[in-house]
Amino acid sequence: MKRLCLLAAAATLLAAPAFAQNSASSDTITVGFTESQTGPLNVDSLGLVRGAEMWRDEVNAAGGIKAGGKSYKVQFVTYDDQSVGGRVQQLYTRLIVQDNAQFLFSPYSSGLTAAAAVVSEQYGRIMLDGGGAEAKPFMLGNKYLFMVITPAGSYLSGAVAALAQKEPHAKIAMVYSDDPFSKAVLAAAKDQATKVGLEVAMDESYAPSTTDFGPVVNKIISSNADAFFGGGHYSDGATLARQMYDQKANMKWVSILVAPGDDKFGELGPAALGVTVPSQWEVQVSYLPQFGPTTPQFAKAFQDKFNAKADYHAAAGYTQGAVLQHAIEQAGSVDPEKVTAALNAMDVTTFFGRIKFATDPEHHGLQAAHDMVLAQWQQMPDGKLGRQVVWPEAAKSADLMYPIPPATH
Amino acid sequence: MLGILASIIDGVLVGLVYGLAAMGLTLIWGVMDVINLTHGTMIVAGMFTLYLLTSALGVPPYLALPPVLVGGFIVGVALYWIAVHRMIGRPPLMSLLSTFAVNLVLIGIGTGVWGTALFNVAVSVPGISIGRYTFPGAHILAAVLAAVIAAALYLFLHGTRLGRALRAVANNREAAELVGIPSTRLLAIAFGCGVSLAGVSGLLIGTLFPFTVLSGDGYQLKGFVVTVLGGFGNPIGALLGGVALGVLEGAVTPFVPVSWTLVIEFGLFVLVLIAFPGGVFARRGTL
Repeated sequence: MKRLCLLAAAATLLAAPAFAQNSASSDTITVGFTESQTGPLNVDSLGLVRGAEMWRDEVNAAGGIKAGGKSYKVQFVTYDDQSVGGRVQQLYTRLIVQDNAQFLFSPYSSGLTAAAAVVSEQYGRIMLDGGGAEAKPFMLGNKYLFMVITPAGSYLSGAVAALAQKEPHAKIAMVYSDDPFSKAVLAAAKDQATKVGLEVAMDESYAPSTTDFGPVVNKIISSNADAFFGGGHYSDGATLARQMYDQKANMKWVSILVAPGDDKFGELGPAALGVTVPSQWEVQVSYLPQFGPTTPQFAKAFQDKFNAKADYHAAAGYTQGAVLQHAIEQAGSVDPEKVTAALNAMDVTTFFGRIKFATDPEHHGLQAAHDMVLAQWQQMPDGKLGRQVVWPEAAKSADLMYPIPPATH
Repeated sequence: MLGILASIIDGVLVGLVYGLAAMGLTLIWGVMDVINLTHGTMIVAGMFTLYLLTSALGVPPYLALPPVLVGGFIVGVALYWIAVHRMIGRPPLMSLLSTFAVNLVLIGIGTGVWGTALFNVAVSVPGISIGRYTFPGAHILAAVLAAVIAAALYLFLHGTRLGRALRAVANNREAAELVGIPSTRLLAIAFGCGVSLAGVSGLLIGTLFPFTVLSGDGYQLKGFVVTVLGGFGNPIGALLGGVALGVLEGAVTPFVPVSWTLVIEFGLFVLVLIAFPGGVFARRGTL
């Protein structure tokens, strides 16, 4: 038995370098990231990961990324971060040190991305951020962090502009989750709203663990607001929408972050009708891509592969990969400094929209060109509820429904 | 002023449901000194049973109550034999860890099957409006049902032979055994009743709010606060504690920023622990 153990140990020692060598093979690019397979961020993280997986599979099926006369296949190394920031820092260190990940994708959410960015910068690894919209990590002088999505500060710009056009003196109740992302979004929206003459009648945050918004909705009603901006992530946003409907808050305008961007939000039925959500991407947008798939091609391929509708998280996940691929191809190398230079110089349009990164030291890597759209839950031609793009005017697939019809139950 | 009153009434309605959710927790603690950390997951199980029965079989939401009541009891008895029975009489930490482990397994299975996606059960019950404030019909009905179920539990514990035997076991297990009460069987029944109450409260909460697999944590946490307010091991105290918590949430929210509600809630929790270590309505060991 002892001899068997010794043999097994020797075999393990011999095999270990072989595995290490394999993971850093010269014609394979290793991309590492964590996904929230468990915990409250599971749903949104899943979309992001599926989008990235689709990009990887398409690239490998096409022979890999071509750069400097070589073709590089892409392999992923991933771990479950359990939606916990502490795990993210451990796992990104492991991805870099043990798994030899040459490039990184961000986890989902601003909080986790900020935690991961500390590690990626420390080791000088390029990290494409498709899951965290908070701008703060990009104001710390980071050199290798690049955001492909619109930053949090611009999330509700479209909603503010559209509301100001419909009701120039509207009173807004802002009630949002007490987390970095939601606070950044609503702080910027408050500034933008007051600048265009809208009044903020209520501005309060709630603990992310809040389960009952009954007294909060009564407070919103007491504020005499016409419009509601807020929410945060998933169940809180949906609960707010339902309770505002159940308690007949009768807001003329409701914009909620994240939750209405998921198709399951339609389960709320009449409580979902008229709710708007700032979205990074919707299947109705039609940017003319310089490379990669068009929106219909992406949406169809995603549906075929996962038997699920593509949402903006999936599109962002795919775009992280497509942007990295383009940068490597432009650099003609996988050398981090050359790829960083290519990312800094990038100004391209994909099916996800225009991508360009800020290069000034105060905002390096922050997304500077991508635009959000505003989607609204409306009755579709088939009678079911679905999301239509209602803002900006140039990109709309349906007219904005304003005001939201009052609850009749 | 009307807004404050509306929030307090709303607090009473939701508080009754919180109280029902905590009754299961405190019943189990009262009878066998076990803190059941699967409680939140059992609440979620009630929510998902409601969802499956209404969406897949078209059962009206409130007709799902009997199957959840019975199913919860059976699941609870099974859980008792799997995770709790061997821990009875050992340090409380053992049963705490045991139920914590089972809880992790159940949440893992739930996340694997449903993810953390959102589920909603549409309930159409006309509400009552006072001025601009509306009390949804589902909230009123859930509060009434919670009160009825709590009353039924009280009658069961005080008016039936089995209930009196349960109280005897809670009071003094050895003495109960000496007079011929099969205490092991009664512990299993008490655990079944506790889980059944969790399931039913989950069902009622599922008629009020959308939910995910992970929704149980918040309600379990509230359950602990309610249990402390109401007194460990006192189911009726738990109901009163639930109402107190609901009223507190309703009464505080209009006056302070919403983010302070939890601070005040848990500040009160600490104060109650200091002033009344056994809970405000404590009648330890008498159920």
